[in-house]
Amino acid sequence: MNLTLLMYLIPSIIMFGCGVYGFLTRKNMIAIMISLELMLNSVDINFVVFNRFLFPGQFEGMFFTLFAIAIAAAETALALAIIINVFRAIKNVDINQINKLKF
Amino acid sequence: MESVGNIIMYFIIAIAIIAFSVLTVTTRKILRSATYLLFVLFATAALYFQMDYHFLGAVQIAVYAGGIVVLFVFAILLTHKPGADTQAITSHRKWLGVAVAMIGALVCGYALFSYGGFCGKQLIGDDGLSIDRLGQMLLSTDKFGYLLPFEAVSVLLLACIIGGVVIARRR
Repeated sequence: MNLTLLMYLIPSIIMFGCGVYGFLTRKNMIAIMISLELMLNSVDINFVVFNRFLFPGQFEGMFFTLFAIAIAAAETALALAIIINVFRAIKNVDINQINKLKF
Repeated sequence: MESVGNIIMYFIIAIAIIAFSVLTVTTRKILRSATYLLFVLFATAALYFQMDYHFLGAVQIAVYAGGIVVLFVFAILLTHKPGADTQAITSHRKWLGVAVAMIGALVCGYALFSYGGFCGKQLIGDDGLSIDRLGQMLLSTDKFGYLLPFEAVSVLLLACIIGGVVIARRR
């Protein structure tokens, strides 16, 4: 039995599907952010797997993942700051309750 | 032919990724969801280590598991009562989510199986990526250098710091 490229992509596809499901069904803003992290992570796996299996000796996919991780960290920090600020204004982080732009 | 240990390791990682990502989006308690996300990120780091990208695995553990999950836990504890359930998911929304996720996964899977002549490729030896060479590539300006994105990311992080301070400041 050999470990092929396809076997590494299957967990990644399932992780992305879980992220889409959570993004569409969850009502809590922080849970939506967690689903978003799942999707970003599965895309990172794809970059690394394609780079490692199809183009060994080149590192474009690896560097792309490295920068994607940095950008994901920045994005999460800002989003959580916004969520905490919204919570301070209306005492709730449910997306159904947040229907005004200005408090 | 792979070594048996490698194959067993792969199956442990793959099952961990699949099980914990399903648990992340189905559990009702939000703090448990963040904990399962942490396990998914650790399993991903193990996948990177298995593919010989040691630096990337270390970055994954340090930034994702050490930074982002801690941020999530802080935000959850600041905005929720401990142990409270989140709101139940309504049924039609649930089926919509399942349908969209399945359609996406099926389209991706079909594209892979029909188009991918590359699916049977296997790992080739060691990649020869030393930390020395990685640092040289990250800070060089010639053809395979990444100085410009490196600096752009540092400016982005500065903007993120300023934005975080401005947004979270009490008015």
